[in-house]
Amino acid sequence: MLVPLSWLGDFVPLEAFFGPGGVPVTGPGLRRLTETLDSLGLVVERVTPVPGDLPGVVLARVVEIGPIKGADRIRRVLVDAGGNEPVEVVCGAWNFGLGDVVPLATVGTTLPGGMRIERRALRGVTSNGMLCSSAELELATDAAGILVLERGVGDGAHEAAAGAPGALALGQPLAEHLGLRPDVVLDLAVEPNRPDALCILGVARDLAAMARLPLTVPTPQPVEAGPPAAGLARAEVAAPEACERLVVRVVEQLVPVASPPQVQRRLVLAGMRPISAVVDATNYVMLELGQPTHAYDLDRLGGGGIAVRLARPGEQLVTLDGVERHLGQLTLPVGAAAGADQRQADVRHECVVADLDDHVVGLAGVMGGAATEVSATTTRVLLEAAAFEPRRIVRSARHHGLRSEASVRFERGIDPEGLVRAADRVVELVAAAAAAAGAPAPLVAAGVVDVRAVARPARRIVLRTDRLNGVLGTALAAEEAAGCLEPIGFTTSPLPGGLEVTVPSFRPDVTLEVDVVEEVARHYGYERIAGTPRRAPGVGRLSDGQVLRRRLRRLLTGAGVDEAWTSSIVDPTVARRLEVRAGAVALANPMVAEESALRTHLLPGLLDALRRNVSRQNDDVRLFELGAVFAARPTAPATPGPAGDGLLQAHVEERELVGVLLGAPGDDASAAVACWWRLVDGLGLDPDALALDQPRLRAGAAAAEDRAGRGDGDRAGGGAGEGLVGDLLAGCHPSRAAWIRQGSGSSGRCVGALGEVDPSLLATFDLPPGRRVGWLVCDVAGLLATPRRSPLARPVSRYPSSDVDLAFVLAEARPADDLVAVVREAAGDLGEAVAVLDAYRAGDGTRSVTVRTRLRALERTLSDQDVAAFRSAAIALAAERLGAILRA
Amino acid sequence: MGDDTTGGTGTEAPPDPGAVEAAAAAARGALQAAGSLEALEAARHAHLGRSSPLLVWRRSLGALDPDERRRVGLVLNDRRAELESLAEARAAELATEARAAQLAADALDLTEVTARWRPGHLHVVTQVREELEDVFVGMGYEIAEGPEAESDWHNFTALNMPPDHPARSAQDSFYLDLAGGASLLLRSQTSPVQVRLLERGQLPIYAVAPGRVYRRDTADARHLPVFHQIEGFVVDRGVTFADLVGTIDTFVRAIFGEGTRSRLRPAYFPFTEPSAEFEVTCTICGGEGCRTCGQVGWIELGGCGMVHPAVFQATGVDPEEWSGFAFGFGIDRLALMRHEVEDLRTFIENDVRFLRQL
Repeated sequence: MLVPLSWLGDFVPLEAFFGPGGVPVTGPGLRRLTETLDSLGLVVERVTPVPGDLPGVVLARVVEIGPIKGADRIRRVLVDAGGNEPVEVVCGAWNFGLGDVVPLATVGTTLPGGMRIERRALRGVTSNGMLCSSAELELATDAAGILVLERGVGDGAHEAAAGAPGALALGQPLAEHLGLRPDVVLDLAVEPNRPDALCILGVARDLAAMARLPLTVPTPQPVEAGPPAAGLARAEVAAPEACERLVVRVVEQLVPVASPPQVQRRLVLAGMRPISAVVDATNYVMLELGQPTHAYDLDRLGGGGIAVRLARPGEQLVTLDGVERHLGQLTLPVGAAAGADQRQADVRHECVVADLDDHVVGLAGVMGGAATEVSATTTRVLLEAAAFEPRRIVRSARHHGLRSEASVRFERGIDPEGLVRAADRVVELVAAAAAAAGAPAPLVAAGVVDVRAVARPARRIVLRTDRLNGVLGTALAAEEAAGCLEPIGFTTSPLPGGLEVTVPSFRPDVTLEVDVVEEVARHYGYERIAGTPRRAPGVGRLSDGQVLRRRLRRLLTGAGVDEAWTSSIVDPTVARRLEVRAGAVALANPMVAEESALRTHLLPGLLDALRRNVSRQNDDVRLFELGAVFAARPTAPATPGPAGDGLLQAHVEERELVGVLLGAPGDDASAAVACWWRLVDGLGLDPDALALDQPRLRAGAAAAEDRAGRGDGDRAGGGAGEGLVGDLLAGCHPSRAAWIRQGSGSSGRCVGALGEVDPSLLATFDLPPGRRVGWLVCDVAGLLATPRRSPLARPVSRYPSSDVDLAFVLAEARPADDLVAVVREAAGDLGEAVAVLDAYRAGDGTRSVTVRTRLRALERTLSDQDVAAFRSAAIALAAERLGAILRA
Repeated sequence: MGDDTTGGTGTEAPPDPGAVEAAAAAARGALQAAGSLEALEAARHAHLGRSSPLLVWRRSLGALDPDERRRVGLVLNDRRAELESLAEARAAELATEARAAQLAADALDLTEVTARWRPGHLHVVTQVREELEDVFVGMGYEIAEGPEAESDWHNFTALNMPPDHPARSAQDSFYLDLAGGASLLLRSQTSPVQVRLLERGQLPIYAVAPGRVYRRDTADARHLPVFHQIEGFVVDRGVTFADLVGTIDTFVRAIFGEGTRSRLRPAYFPFTEPSAEFEVTCTICGGEGCRTCGQVGWIELGGCGMVHPAVFQATGVDPEEWSGFAFGFGIDRLALMRHEVEDLRTFIENDVRFLRQL
C-alpha cells in the first residue's frame, strides 16, 4: 500500500520523527520511521521521495491566442507571467481560452518527469516555455489538456474560483499557489491478517501506538441541509449472509466539478487516478479509512434505492469497465473441490446490489455497473457503504478476474462500525470539492439509512497472563499487556490471572487468544524478546536412508561423476519416446505445455543436460541425479475418497531414483557395470545377493533350453512388475542392458537397471551417431532393502594360493555370470576369488570365456590333488549345467 | 679359483720390507683406480687373491725363523686388512654412484603430467543442504521427509490455510490432474512435513525437513518453479517464542559465522501465531549496508513463528499441553547468496563447467 507521509501526518504528529518543518526526503528521521513500521510488521518495501516545489513553474494568464501558419495542431499563445513583457509559447492543447490562468514552465526548468524546457523555434515561432498538464507536473494523471487554475471572464458556467477573477498572483510559483510540499511515499507490504492497516488511519494508529504519540481520529461533520435521507432513498438487505450492514447517504443538487488539487495529488501519490469530485471522494475515503463506498446516480436507480441480494443464474451486468459479466454460480477454488470442505457449499452464489426494480446495478464489493455510474449529468447521488462477507467477495473477484482496491479490502474484512463515518467523510469531501471549485454547495440529505441485517456484538477474548508468557517466554504483567493493547483500539478489563479483552470492530482477524498474544508481542516489540537456548533432548542422527543417500553421492562424486539437478516437471512427449509404460501424472494447471507432466524417469532430464553440455563443447560429461519420479496409479479409484495420505497413495506412486549417465568419451555399458559394482562395494551391499539379468540373453537361453527339452521355470519370467520400477529399463540399448535384481535369475525383486542408452534415443537428443553412453539407474528404496554384506570379519589365509585358468566354449545366450557361479560352486571352500579373465568370439562363431579361480585353503598349503579335484569338478559341472566344453 | 692353485709357486722367497710396501702401494693404486664394481673385483683378485704377492708371501712364511716369521707375518696381515677395508669402501662408493646414475636416468618433470583424478562435484544446492542438515543434526534434530506430490490436506487444510487463501489458487500452486478430481498437488512448501510429523504421534519433535517444492512462478534470475526449502519444526512442552529467537540465533551463527546476528519482525503465516520474518546481518557487508542488502545491513532469510493451535487441533495434539515453533527458508537462495550466483537458472542448466567450480 502506498502511503504519502503528508497524509499520514494528518493523524499522527510526524514531527516526533522529523522535527518541525515538514517531511524530509532522506535522513535519520525517515530511517527511524521506516524501522518503526518494519518492526510493526508493516514492512517498508520502497521509499519514494516526491519533490513538491516544482521550481520554474509559475502562474500565467493567457492574453493572446493565434494560429501558426502551416500548422493546424499547435497554436501561438502569449501569456502574462507577471513580468514586463508577455511570454510567447507554442502550445498543442486546446482546452483553454483567453483569460485562463495556467501553469507555465519557464525556460531552464526540469519537469518532475525529467523533461527539460529549452527555448526552441517551431515554424518560425519561438517557444519560451511550456504550458503544462497535471500529468506533466505529476500532480494528477490527467494528460488530456493544460491544467486550468482559473477560467477567464465569461468562459465557463461557474467562473467564480476561489476569490474573484484576477485575484491570482501571476508569476507566483505554482507549488506555492497549490500549497504543495515535498513528500515521501512509502510502499508498505501489509500482511493479510492486517485489514486495519490497509488505510492511512490504520497505519497511523499502529505507528502512534508504537511511538507513544497521540492519534487524531477524524470525525467528519457534513453539513446536512437537505431533507431526511430516508425519504429520498430506500435500502434493503435480502441476503444477510452476504451483507451484515448497509448504510446509504443521499446528496442532491450536485454540480460536476473536479477535486481540489491537493486531493488529486494525494490520490495520485497513492496510486489512484482522479476522475471526478464524487468518485475521488469515495476513493480518498477508502484509502484514508479503509472503507470502500460506491456512488450511484440515484435517478437511474429503479425504485429509488438499492437492495443487496444473491445473484440468480442467467443475470448479467455491464460493469464500469464496459465488460459484460455473467452472474450466478461461482467457481469453487481448486482446493475446495467436491465437498472436501462442507463450509464451501454455502458460498456458491455471488452477492450483487440491485435497484428496487430488481435490476442488478453492481457486483457487490467488486465493481459497480456502468448504467448507474455517476456522470457529468448526475445531480442526485446515492452513496452506498456496506459490510460484505469477505469470502464471497474473494470468490466473486477471482471468478470475474476483477481484483480491485475495494475487493481487496472487503476480502480482508472491513470495519462494520465504520460505515457511517466513511459515508459522512465522503459527503464532507464532496461538499468541500464544490466549495473549492466555487460551485454551489450540494444539498446533503439529513441522516443515513442504516440497515443492520446481522447484529454483531463486540468480540471478547480472555487473555491468560500465564498463557501469554508461556507462548512468548516473557514475564509480562497483565497491566503491561493492557498497555500494549489499548493504544491500538482494544479495551481491557482485569480478570483473575489475566484480562478480558474486547476486540475493536476493525480487527476481524483477531478471534483467538493467540491472536491477542501476537498483538501484545508486536507492540511489546519482537526485538525485546531475548532468545533462550533450547536443545533437543535426544541425539540427532541421519536415518539409514539418509546415510545411504549421502554415501551414494560421495561414491559417485568419488568416481568422477558430477551431480545434476533437473526439473521434475517435464514435457510429456519425452516419456513416450522412451516407451515408458507407467502413466505420467499430468498437471491440471501447467504454465506451458512443454512443462505439463511429472517425470516418470530420470533419463530424459540427464540426456538433456548431456545434450546441452555437448553443444557447448563440454565432452567429458558424467552426471548423476537423485530425485523423485511419479506415476499415476492405474488402480486409482474413480471417487476421490478421504483426504490425506490414503488419497495420495491411491492416486500417485512417488519413488526416489538415482540415475547415473556416463557420457565421457569411451564410456559405454561396461562403465555402467563398473560403476554399479563400485556402488555395491561402497554401499556395503552383499554382492552375492545381487545379480544382473539381461533379458535379451535370457530370451536366447530360454529358447535354447526349450529346444533341448529342459525348460527352466525360473527363467521364463520377464520384466520387473508394474509401476515405476517396471520402467527402469526404458530407454536402454536392447541388447546391452540388464536388470539389477536382488536374488538370482528373473524372479528376484528389481532394484535397478544398467547398460547403455538406446542409440536411437540418443539421436533424438542430438548426440552424434556412434557415441555410446553408459546408464545406471536404481530405486533408492530398493538399495536400502538390499541385504548388507556381513559385518563380521573372517580370517584371511596365510598359506600360498594357486591360480587356475579354465577356458570354456560357452553358448552366446549364456551369461558369463552363470559360468562363474558354476566354477565357484566347484571350488567350494577353497575358492577365494572367481572372475571372468577374458572372453572372445572365435571366427567359427563360438564364444570362449576364460575364468580365473584363485584357490587357497585357510589352514594348510594346497596340494596338487586339491587343484586337480577342482579342475575336474569345474569341468564336469560346466558341462552338465551349461553345456560348456573345456577349450582344448 | 683356478689360479689360486695353479698360479702360485708356493716357493717364493720371503719378502723384504721394501717389496711388501711396494706391493701394497701397487694394490692401493689399483683399488682406488677401479671405475666400476667389475674393475674393482678384478683389482681385488689381482692384489688380494690367492695368487697375489701378499698371499703368496704369507704362504712362504714357514721358511723363516720364528721371530722373523712373526715380524713379517704381522706386516703382511696389517697390509692385507688395510687393503681389504679399502676395497670395501671403494665398493660402497661405486654402488652409491651407480644408484645415483640410475635415478638420474629415471628423472621425470612432474609438471608435464596432465592426467588428473577428477572427483565429481556435488550440486551446490546439495552442498548447502547437507551443511544445513549437519548443523541441525548437531543440535539434536532429526531429518524428516515427506512426499513431493502432496495432499491438499497436508499442504493447506491442516496448516490452517482457509479455502480462499491465495496460495491455494490454481494461480500459485500446481495441481495434479487425476482420476475423480482428487485434490492433490505438488507441495508448495515443506510445511506439510510438520503435519506428517504431528500425525506420526511421537512427541516431542525436533526436526528439520529439507526438500523440493513447487510454485507457479515464471523462471527468471531469482525464481524457479521448482526449488528447495528447509523447514524446522519443534514441538515440546513449554516451547516459547524466546526459544524460537534463541534457536534461530544458534543456527544462524552456525551457518553464517559467529559474528552474524539475527532479528525477527512481525509477519503473517496461517500456520503460525505469532508469526515473524527473520533477518540476518548481511553476509557481504556484515551489517554496514551494501548493494546486496540494499544498504539496510540486513537480509531477509525466511519465515517463522509459534505453531498455530489450529495446526495442533487438526492433528489431534492438545495445544494446551504442547507448544512449538516452526521456521523455514530457501536453500537455493542461500546457495545463490553464498556463491554470488547471478541467475538461479544456472542451477538447472547442469553445465559441467559450472558444477565443477563449486
